Amino acid sequence: MDLIKENILILTILLPLIGASLIFITPGHLNNIIKYISLVVSFITFIIVILIFIFYDINSGGVQLLWNWNWLSLKGAWPLGSEGISLNLGVDGISVMMVLLTGTVMLTGVMASWNIQSRNKDFFVLYFLLLAGVFGVFISYDMFFFFFFYELSVMPMFLLIGYWGSSSDFRTFIRTKEYAAMKLTLFLVAGSVLIWVAIIAIFVQAGLGTFNLLEIQKVVDDKFPLFFQQVNFLMIIIGFGILAGMWPFHTWSPDGHVAAPTSVSMVHAGVLMKLGAFGIIRIGMALLPEGANSLMPLLMILGCVNVIYGAFSALGQTDLKYVVGYSSVSHMGYVLMGLASMEHLGLTGAVYQMFSHGIMTALFFLAVGAIYHSMHTRDILILKGIIKKMPYASIFFVFAGLTSLGLPGLSGFAAEILIFLGVFKSYGSLGVLFGSLAVAGAGITAIYILRLVSKVFFGRPDQNINNILDTTKFENMAGIILVVLILFGGLYPLPFIDMITSGVTPILNNILGAL
Amino acid sequence: MTINLDLLIPEILVGSLAFIILGLDLFLKSKYKEYIAYIAATGLILVLIFSIIPIWNTKANIYGDILVLDGYAIFFKAFFLTFGAVLILSSKNYVGNNFSYIAEYYSIVIFTILAMMFMVSSAEILTAYISLELLSFSLYVLVAFNRFNNRANEASIKYILLGAFSSAILLYGVSQIYGHLGTTNLVQIQQALSMNSEMSLGLIIGFSMFIVGFLFKIGIVPFHMWVPDVYEGSATPVTAYLAVLVKVAIVALFIRVLVVGLMPIAQDWQLILIGFSIVTMVVGNVVALIQSNIKRLLAYSSIGHAGYILLGVAAIGTLDQKGLILVDFSRLIVNGIILHLVSYSLASIAIFLCIDIIFGNSEEEQIDSMKGLHDRSPLMSLLITASLISLGGLPIFAGFTSKFYLFNSIGTQISLWYVGIAIITSLISLYYYLYVIRKIYIDTNKDKTVINLPILTKGILVFLLFALIFIGIYPNILMEFIYHASESLL
Repeated sequence: MDLIKENILILTILLPLIGASLIFITPGHLNNIIKYISLVVSFITFIIVILIFIFYDINSGGVQLLWNWNWLSLKGAWPLGSEGISLNLGVDGISVMMVLLTGTVMLTGVMASWNIQSRNKDFFVLYFLLLAGVFGVFISYDMFFFFFFYELSVMPMFLLIGYWGSSSDFRTFIRTKEYAAMKLTLFLVAGSVLIWVAIIAIFVQAGLGTFNLLEIQKVVDDKFPLFFQQVNFLMIIIGFGILAGMWPFHTWSPDGHVAAPTSVSMVHAGVLMKLGAFGIIRIGMALLPEGANSLMPLLMILGCVNVIYGAFSALGQTDLKYVVGYSSVSHMGYVLMGLASMEHLGLTGAVYQMFSHGIMTALFFLAVGAIYHSMHTRDILILKGIIKKMPYASIFFVFAGLTSLGLPGLSGFAAEILIFLGVFKSYGSLGVLFGSLAVAGAGITAIYILRLVSKVFFGRPDQNINNILDTTKFENMAGIILVVLILFGGLYPLPFIDMITSGVTPILNNILGAL
Repeated sequence: MTINLDLLIPEILVGSLAFIILGLDLFLKSKYKEYIAYIAATGLILVLIFSIIPIWNTKANIYGDILVLDGYAIFFKAFFLTFGAVLILSSKNYVGNNFSYIAEYYSIVIFTILAMMFMVSSAEILTAYISLELLSFSLYVLVAFNRFNNRANEASIKYILLGAFSSAILLYGVSQIYGHLGTTNLVQIQQALSMNSEMSLGLIIGFSMFIVGFLFKIGIVPFHMWVPDVYEGSATPVTAYLAVLVKVAIVALFIRVLVVGLMPIAQDWQLILIGFSIVTMVVGNVVALIQSNIKRLLAYSSIGHAGYILLGVAAIGTLDQKGLILVDFSRLIVNGIILHLVSYSLASIAIFLCIDIIFGNSEEEQIDSMKGLHDRSPLMSLLITASLISLGGLPIFAGFTSKFYLFNSIGTQISLWYVGIAIITSLISLYYYLYVIRKIYIDTNKDKTVINLPILTKGILVFLLFALIFIGIYPNILMEFIYHASESLL
C-alpha cells in the first residue's frame, strides 16, 4: 500500500499513457478488445483517483503526495540550477477535486464512445494522450511540466474534432468540423503563447534556475515588483482565460464543443476548460499575488460579461449542442467571478463550480450526443417530445439542466450560492451590482433550460419518430454515475467543500499577506 | 609549430572513403552498385566509432593555429557523421531508382561531409572560407544531379550564381579584415579588436560583408530568395541534405566565428542580428502560409527556423558592464541552439524522407496530393505528423523541448519582447503544419493504393520516430554531449 501511496500521482499520468500504448500495438480490426482495454484502463484510473481523494489528509492541508524526478539540470548560472526542470508532482485540495473530476469524466467518456464507428484505435490513443495531459496539468508543481502537459492536452484535440467530429448546418451556412478544429487549436495555442512568455518571465525574474513552483513561491515578495506582477498577471489571465472560455476570447468554445464527438465534448467542456481557471489559481494567484490583487476587478467584469452574454447567446440558439456550449461559457463566467471575488467563500465556490460544472456538462453532452446519434438532428425546432422515445437521455438532460439553473439539492446550487455570497461580500457596493447580475444570469439560464425542457423533451411528439434507438447500456451507466455524483455533491457537499477549503486557504492567505 | 596529424585521422579517413567509393565504381558490377550506400554509411559510422570517440576529450590546435580541435568541433563532427549516415541510407532507394551515377553521388556527399568537418574545426577565417567553398562546389553538383530535370537545372544555376555571389561578398569581407588587422586567426582578431576601441570604416565594411556572406549562406531574409527555388528544384534527398546538414554546418561555423572572433564588438552586431532574425521569423512563417507545394512550404519553414536560431546567436552576444561575455548564460543559449538544431534535423530528415517516398521523381509535390495518406501508409502519416508537430513545437516530441530550452535561454539574455515575437511566429507556423496534418488524416482520397515501404526505410522511419519522442521526453543523454560542446567553446 505504501508503494502505491508514494507513486500514486505518477500513476494517473502513466495509466493513460500505458493505455494509449497498449491500444497502439493492438491490431486495428479488434474493435471490441480496444474498447475493453480502454474501459479497463479508465476504470483503474478512476479507482486511483478515488484513492488520491482518500489518501489526501485534509487536516494537515498543503501540498501532499509529493513525487519528484530530476529531469534536466540547468548547469552553471543559478543557485538552484541543479534542480532545473524536474517532474514535481503533488496535490493540494484544489487539485484533488480536479483530478477526481478528470477521472470521472474519463471513465464516462469511454463509456459514451462505445458507438464510435471508424478508426477506433486512433480515437482511443488520442483520447488517452489528451487525458494524460490533463492529469499532468492538475498535479504538476513545475512550470515546465505544467506547460508541457498543457500543450499535450491541446494537440490531440485537433484530430479528435477534425476527424470524428460533426459539422453543423445553420441553414444559411455550414460550420465545418475542420474549421472548428483549426479554430480551437489556434486559439488555445495562442493562449499558450502568452502563458509561455509569462512563464519565461517568471523564471528569469526569480533568478533561481528552477521551474519549481514551490521554490519560486518563496521568493515572490523579494523578487517580483508590482509592475512585473501586473504585466504578467494580465498575460496569465488572458492566456488561461482563452482556455477558460473568457469573453471576448470564448468564440472557439461553442464551435469546438459542438463539432467534437460526444466523449471529447465531455472531456473538453467538462475538464479542459477548467485547466484555464486552474492555471489562473496555480500560476497567477499563487505566484503573482499583488498583480492578482490589482487586476482582479478586470477579471470580475469579464466574468460578469461571460455570465450574461453566454446566457443570452444560449437563449438564441436553435442547435441543442450550441445551447449547451454557450451555457458552458456562461457557467465558466461564474467560476471567473468566484476567482475574482478574492474572498474565501467565493473562491471555494469557484473551485466547487469547476467540479460541479464539469460533471454537469459531461452529463449534458452525454445526453445530447445520444439524442443526436439516434435522431440525426440537434435542431430544437424539429425535436419534440423525445422523452417518450429516449427516456434515459431525456432524464439525463433534464437533470443536467436543473443542475445548471441551480436547483437546490443539486451540486450546482451549492457552488453558485457560495459564489454569489463571495461576490456580494467583495468590492463593496460594486460587489452587490456584480452579484445581482450573476443572479440575473442564473434567471436567464432558467429561461433557456426550461424552454428546452418543456418543448423538446415534454412537448407533443411528432408522428414520424418511431424506430428510435434509446441510449446504450454503457451510456446509461455513465449517466447514472454522473447523476449520482451531482446528487451527492448537492445533498452532502461537506467532504468536497472541506477538501477545497484546505487548498484555497493558503492561496488566499498568500494574497492577503502580500498586501 | 607542432604538426599533430594524428588528430586529423577522422578527416583523412573520410576523404579516403570518398575516393574508395569513387574507385569501387570502376570495379563493381552494376547489380552490386546498390550496396555502395551501405558501404558509405558503414564507413561513416566506423569513422565515428574508431576515430572520433578516442579523441572525444581532446583540446588541441592542429597545424599551428589553422585548425582547432575542441569539444565543440568534435560534437559537430560526430553529428555530421551520424546524420550523414542516416541521410545516405534514407536516400538509397531514391538514388538507386532515379540517378544514373550512384557512386559519384555518394562520394560527393562524403566530400561535403569532409568539408563540414573542416568547417567546424577551422580556427581562422581563410580556412573557414576554403572549406565552405569545398562544401559549396560539391553542393552545386548535387543540386544538378538530376540532370535531365529542368527544375533541377534551374535550381542549380540559381544556386551557383547566388552561391558565387555570396562567396564573393564573404571573401571581400575576409580581405578587408585581413587588410586592417593583419591576421585571419580568430583569436588574434579578438585580441586586436579588444585593444583598439575605434573601428575604421574599412573594418566596419569588412565585418558587415563577412556577416552578410554568412547570412546569405544560411538563408536569412532578405538574402533568402534562393532557398525556396533550390529546395523545390533539387532532388528530395539533396533538399534534405541542404536543409539539414548544410544549414547546421554553416550555423556551427558562424557561432564559432562570432563567439571566438567578434565578441569584443558584440554590441555592434547584436541588434543587427536581432533585426534580421525577427524579419526572418516573420517572413519565413507568413509566406509559408500561402504555399501549395510541400517542399516550398518546408523551405519557408526552414527559413523560419533559421530565424529562431539566429535570435539565439544574437542573444549570445550580450556583454556585461566590463565588456565581457556572460559565460554561464551564453553557454545555456549555445546548448539551446544545438538542441534545437538536432531536433530540427531529426524532424526535417523524417519529413523529407517521407516526401521522397510519396512523390518519387514526379514534378509536382502538391500538398493536395497528400490527401488521405492515412489510408495509404499509416506509418508515414504518423511520422509526418510527428515531425510537423515537433517543428511546430508541441509535446511530446523533441521540438517542444528544444524550443522551450532555446526561447527560455534567450529570455535570460535579451528582452522578452523578442522572445514573444518568436513564440507568436511559432504559432503562425502551427497553422500550416496543421493544414498538412488535416490533409493527411481528415481529408479523404479516392486513391487508396497502399504504399509498400522497403524494410530499410521502415527501420529508418521507426528510428527517427523513436529519436523524436526520446529527445522530447528524456533529453538528458543528448544534453550531456551538448554541455561538452558548449563548455569548450566558451
